Order: sequence, then C-alpha cells, then structure tokens
Amino acid sequence: MADLRSSFVGIKSPNPFWLASAPPTDKEYNVVRAFKAGWGGVVWKTLGEDPPIVNVAGPRYGAVHSGDRRLIGLNNIELITDRPFQINLEEIKRVKRDWPDRALVVSLMVPCEEPNWKAILRAVEETEADGVELNFGCPHGMSERGMGSAVGQVPEYIEMVARWCKASTRMPVIVKLTPNITDIRYPARAAHKGGADAVSLINTVNSITSVNLDTFSPEPSIDGKGSHGGYCGPAVRPIALSMVSEIVRDAETRGFPISGIGGITTWRDAAEFMAVGASNVQVCTAAMTYGFRIVQEMISGLNRYLDEKGFASIDDLVGRAVPNVTDWQYLNLNYVTKARIDQDLCIQCGRCHIVCEDTAHQAITTTLNGQRHFEVVDTECVGCNLCVNVCPVENCITMEQITTGVDPHTGAPATGYRNWTQHPNNPTARIPEPAE
Amino acid sequence: MSIAREPDIASGRLQPEDYLANFRDLHPPLDKHQAFVEADRCYFCYDAPCLTACPTGIDIPMFIREILTDNPKGAAETIFAENILGGMCARVCPTETLCEEACVRQAAEGKPVRIGELQRYATDTLMVAGEHPFTRAAPSGKRVAVVGGGPAGLACAHRLATYGHDVVIYDAREKAGGLNEYGIAAYKSVGGFAAAEVDFVMAIGGITVETGKALGRDITLAELRESFDAVFLGLGLAGVNALGLGEEKLPGVENAVDYIAGLRQTADLASLPVGRRIVVVGGGMTAIDIASQSKRLGAEEVTIVYRRGAAKMGASEYERELAQTDGVRIKFNAMPKRLIATDGRVTGMEFEYTAEQDGRLAGTGESFALDADMVFKAIGQSFVPLPLEGASIELKNGRIAVDTERRTSLPDVWAGGDCIAGGEDLTVVAVQDGKLAAESVNRALTS
Repeated sequence: MADLRSSFVGIKSPNPFWLASAPPTDKEYNVVRAFKAGWGGVVWKTLGEDPPIVNVAGPRYGAVHSGDRRLIGLNNIELITDRPFQINLEEIKRVKRDWPDRALVVSLMVPCEEPNWKAILRAVEETEADGVELNFGCPHGMSERGMGSAVGQVPEYIEMVARWCKASTRMPVIVKLTPNITDIRYPARAAHKGGADAVSLINTVNSITSVNLDTFSPEPSIDGKGSHGGYCGPAVRPIALSMVSEIVRDAETRGFPISGIGGITTWRDAAEFMAVGASNVQVCTAAMTYGFRIVQEMISGLNRYLDEKGFASIDDLVGRAVPNVTDWQYLNLNYVTKARIDQDLCIQCGRCHIVCEDTAHQAITTTLNGQRHFEVVDTECVGCNLCVNVCPVENCITMEQITTGVDPHTGAPATGYRNWTQHPNNPTARIPEPAE
Repeated sequence: MSIAREPDIASGRLQPEDYLANFRDLHPPLDKHQAFVEADRCYFCYDAPCLTACPTGIDIPMFIREILTDNPKGAAETIFAENILGGMCARVCPTETLCEEACVRQAAEGKPVRIGELQRYATDTLMVAGEHPFTRAAPSGKRVAVVGGGPAGLACAHRLATYGHDVVIYDAREKAGGLNEYGIAAYKSVGGFAAAEVDFVMAIGGITVETGKALGRDITLAELRESFDAVFLGLGLAGVNALGLGEEKLPGVENAVDYIAGLRQTADLASLPVGRRIVVVGGGMTAIDIASQSKRLGAEEVTIVYRRGAAKMGASEYERELAQTDGVRIKFNAMPKRLIATDGRVTGMEFEYTAEQDGRLAGTGESFALDADMVFKAIGQSFVPLPLEGASIELKNGRIAVDTERRTSLPDVWAGGDCIAGGEDLTVVAVQDGKLAAESVNRALTS
C-alpha cells in the first residue's frame, strides 16, 4: 500500500483529502461525521466577526443537471458562517482535541483592517487549530462588503493582509484565491510576496445557473429576485486545473505550495490536480452531492493507482505532469495525427461525419459501395480530435500518428520537431527554417 | 384422443380486479423524469437509421431532442406533422422491427432507445391538453370522399383538410377508427384512446363522418365519383380466411377478429364468454392478440398452432414473448387436419406435423389432437372486392392496385391501407398510404 500521508505546509493529515471551507464544515456535528468517514482534514467554514452574518431564508443553491439529473454544476449564495463566533471557536477546539491526527484549518474573513485580522487570529490560535485560510475568494454577498473576492481581485490587498497575518500568528497562512480574475498568477504572486505559506484555489466562479422563464427571476429565486452566486462542481474542474498549473509554472511562485480545489469528485480528479502540482486537494460539491462516504473511494482509488504506478507516496505524484504543461508556442507542429475509425466498434450513429461535415473539415465520408459507412479521408483530416470527442463509443475512433513522410493534408513534414518559434510562417521566428 | 365432454365456455371467470389488472396499459406511460432519462440516451444520429426505418418518416431524433429540452408539445407537433395517428402508433407499432430495431443503441448494447414510449409521452402531452397543432388552410371549394374511417382514411382526411378541402368520411361501422377501434389488443389502447384520437383528428375542421354507411350497400363508388372531386378508398379487409374444414357450421369456431371487435366494444369484460381451453390457429399479430386476450379473460389453456417455424411467424419475437409470458403455449410446425365435434359443438382439433421440403410445406403424417372449447381462426384476412363491383377498378393479387402515389386505375380514385396490393397490414403503413394519397389528391385538385 502506498503512503497516502500528507504534510501540507507542515500540517499533517492521514490522507490528502480535505473538505473545503463550505457548508459541510460549518459545525462540529458535520466535521466529526466527516472525520469518522475518513477525511484527512477540513477547512472549517469561514468565521467572521460578531454579530454573525445573516443568510437568506430562501433557496441558497442553484444547479445545472445533465439529462438524467446528474449534478454537473452547483451554485450557491450562502455567506460565511451565520453562527456566533464563540460557539465556532469552542467546537473547533473540541474537534481538534478529539481528532489530533486530522488537519483542521480555519477559514477567516474580516474587514481589511489590521486590528481586525490580529484579533481574530489571536482567538483562533487558542483553539490549537493547525492553520488558517484567508478567504479572499467568495464572489457573492461578502464581496459587496469589501471582503472575499473583493480582496482577492486586488493583489495589493492580498499581499497586505497576508503580511499582517504572517506577522501576527505562528500558524501557517494559506490564501484562498478567487478565479474571478483575468490572470491568476498575479494574486498568487501577491500572496507569495506577502509571506503566505501557500495558496488554495479555486474558490467559486461568478454565476447565474438559470433564469426562470415564467417568472423571469434568476435561480435560486428569493422572492422573485436572484443574485449571482458561486459556481462549483464538476463543471469548473478544467478551469481550476488550468489555474493551478499556471501558478505552478510561474517563475515568481515556483515551489509555492498549492491546495487544489475545484470540482474534485473522484480519486482520478484528485490525482490530476496533484499531477499538475497541487500538494493536496479540497472537496466540497462531491460531498454535498453524495455525502461524506465518497472519501473511501478516493482513498482506495488513489492507493491502487499509486501502487500500480510504483509510486511510494503522494510526493512521487505531485507535480509529475508539470514539465509537460507548456505554452502553445512550444507544441510540436510536426506531430501529425489522423482519426481512425474501428469499423467493428462503430455503431453507425454518423455523428463523427456530421460534426466534421458541418463544423470542421469535411473529412469523414458516409457511404462505401452504397452502404452506410464512415471513413476518414486523410487528405482532408487535420487531426483535430472532434470526431473522437463526439463518438459515443469509447475507443471506436482513435488518433493515429503519421510517423513518416509528410502530412497528407498539408504536405508539411510529419517527422522531427518544429514549434511556432521556429516556423517560417512566424515573422518573429527566433530560429530560421533549416536549409533543405 | 380427447374424452367426450361438455364444452366449458363461461363468462366472469375472474374477479373484477383481475380484469382491471389484465387489461390495463401494457406499458404504463413514462413520467417526465423517465422521459428525460430515456431521451438523454438518444445520440441524435446523423441521417438517423430510426428515421429511415419509420414508414411515416417521423423525425425521431428531433422529437426526442425536443422532449429532452422540455418541449413535449413541440415534439408532438414534429411527430404529428408526419403521422397524425402518432399517438396510436406509439402504442401499437411493432417498434422492435421498425425504429427501435434500427436504433444504434441496439447495435451498441442491445437496448434501443424506447422510441415508442417517448413518442407516447410527447403525443399524450399534447392530446391531453386538448390542443391541435395544425390549422386549416382557407377553404378550397373541393370535396373529397374517404371510404373507410380507419388509419389510412383518417390520415388521408386530415391531410386533405389541412389543405382546405372538405372531406366526408364514410364508415360501415358505428364508430370511425377502423382496426384502431375494433382490432387492436385492448391492453395496447386503453381508456377509449382510439375514439379520442378520432376526435383529435377531426379537430382540424372540414371533416364530417358518416357512420353506418357501407360501400356497395348504402353508397356506390359511381355516386361518390359523381358528387365528389376525388375519392379515397381505405376499405380494409372485410374477409376472414377459412380453414376449409367445414367450420362455418360448427359452433365454437370463431373468427379471431370478430371476437376481438366484441371485446373492444364491450363495457363489461366479465360478460364475455370464453372457453377454458382455447386453440388459436395462425401465426400473425391477430393470433397473438386473441391468444393473450383470451388468457387474460381467464382461459386456462391457450395454444397457438402455427404451420411453420418461429422464424416465419408474422408476429415478432417480442410479441411472441409477450404471449408466452401470459402463459400462452405456441406450437410450431403443425397444420390443421380436422375439427373434432361433440353434440354439434367443437370440442377439439387435430393437427398434423409439417416439414418443409424444397421450400414447400407438407404434412409428415404424424398428428396430434388438442382439446378445445373454442377455436379461433387467425390465418389472415382478405380483401372483399364486392362493394366495388362494376367500377372496373384494377386489382393485383386480390387487392386494389395502386402506384407510388396511391393512385388506382381510375383517374379520380386513390386507395391505401390494408386494401391495397403490397400493403404490410400495419397501422403506421396505412397512415403513410393515407398521407401520400392526400398529397397526390391535393396536387391533382390544385394543379
């Protein structure tokens, strides 16, 4: 069995699966259930200052479903904890005492004033919690009051608050980033400059999940009105993966620990985040969809995967894909692929043909000797992979590399390596075309 | 050989709740969630094989997509645009040999998208709402007579009415609907659906129905051609093939179609007398329907005897399994040899095993007998040309000859449904005949 133990900025947990700061970690009752189920750690739902904020008493969540009502994306307008500060502190202290081997990090959000941060950090330290996470991410409600993503969208504020916090506490400080920003590297650099120990991302994405076409109110509707919420769940995972990889690759933040968040539902999702450089992961929507027990699947799946790969611990996995995440300009333009349709697996739905015909390169024929038959025309196929992605049968269409001669479509070389920086069509090419 | 005994024929063999259970919907309608889940399985194929397999050419991928986007009435309109009896076809089409056989999911995993049930979900939604999706064009001043208010006639009349022509449907029976009303198995069309569907078709306007008017008895083709601009014949098949064993004079031997018609029209299933032991002769859908329904009326033993093997049977494998699930026994490769009578009533039947030799069926000489309180003939129906006598309309293989537009040999007469040569005796094919004929009539009347 591989070693799943995790140490994130010195915070130890038996596995790298933490519950993110969110409704599932709002109370002792929930967190204890999570620990019983096997979660390695939690980030306690964000604490603020008394008097507690007030949540809407109507619906807090909106959803995007697939045809069979699988939850693809979830949106929420819930704010930070609406329970009294002291009660939260007492519960945190008790949980940490009862579950010493689990990670317990406390999420915080107070106004951008140094005394406010100092005061809350002092109070949290007394709980013996393992660390704090600065919530600079929530895009709804609190941002209107100058907190949450309103801070996360201004790198100078991030740096300033991170610096205050590091100066006032012995606890590790994690900065949680909002994805509602043009370039995620800037807030990450700011956290790094401010002395934070790590970043966690992504928080939720600004969203309106749907509009009621009878009442013309956004959903969830509160008395006929709706407000944008924070989007999460499987739908945001690709966005989060990219953002994590951007920070990992940035020279200014190289080696800066990252806690990966965003639509992680299975062990495989978690492994992908780790491969692009996240040291551990945080989960929320999957637990809110299926309950806490899913962590068992994540533990067993990751374990088996690490064993099969011969990786002794999660450290062997973290960052493994990073060298392969590159800029477009370095992709090999001499790498030529063509679609191949396995006629034995083909069920004749014809979708590869129609998408290629209508929206791509007219490279898939429909008949052979008068019979329904789908076949790729290499001289037209640009190797785009669209047919592979729309085909309902796994492995029926695959991409095959042309390894000799030229691309039958373009006549360009199909061997060797040449990227855009070397290409004759690039006026700023740094390396001239080799002489024939 | 059977021991001589009194025939056991009785009504009320079951408890009232059993009749309800046995004759309720074969497939309960899909609810909204079930419809979404099923619709989500459709791949929206290019040049979809299901569409090609549908005799009426319904745009199946499109209507399923409309269901998936919670637009079931739009889906219904897509269906009705090609098949105004899409509601009945959703219930009675042998989808397992049509659209669902062609579904790529059948090739992929042996489980096609349940197209028939989705079609019912869509059409029911619109029909229950009491809406009609089409509007009638301005009156053309042309009049068309439709003889026979079955699927072919109704489809023809509706399409003609949308073009603004006035249509009169003549039907020999008390109600329009044809086999939808009198022939379909009761558990495939519950709750008076056939009659509701006729009302739905009529809602286009411009169609009047005259029931109790039989061609050759109350009206003649010559009169219709005289007083209408065009005539469509959707006469169906009035004749029932005979066993040729002298059954006409033997009580207890009945035509399956007549018994089913009675079953469909009765207000009280418990009032129908049914034998304890039933023998059904035949291999088509009618044989299956009478066998299953007599079992569901409380018959103890029901046996279908078909002269050829399972592969040659007109009823699909799905239909056979349905009957077998009901407890019906099917004996293959045996042909009728003799009716056994006691005191002037049928009490059994003797069959001879058959074998195919050089593609021809012949008796093997070995025979067996089955006890029977009732024997149902379900060996096919035939076209009775008598009402057309004197009209000099061309026939082919005993049915009315038509071209691809469903034109007969008479210039102002079209025909469709079971009465034409080459018909497949399916509701959906009859609907297509009526539709094609109406388009042809319209072209002729407006050119």
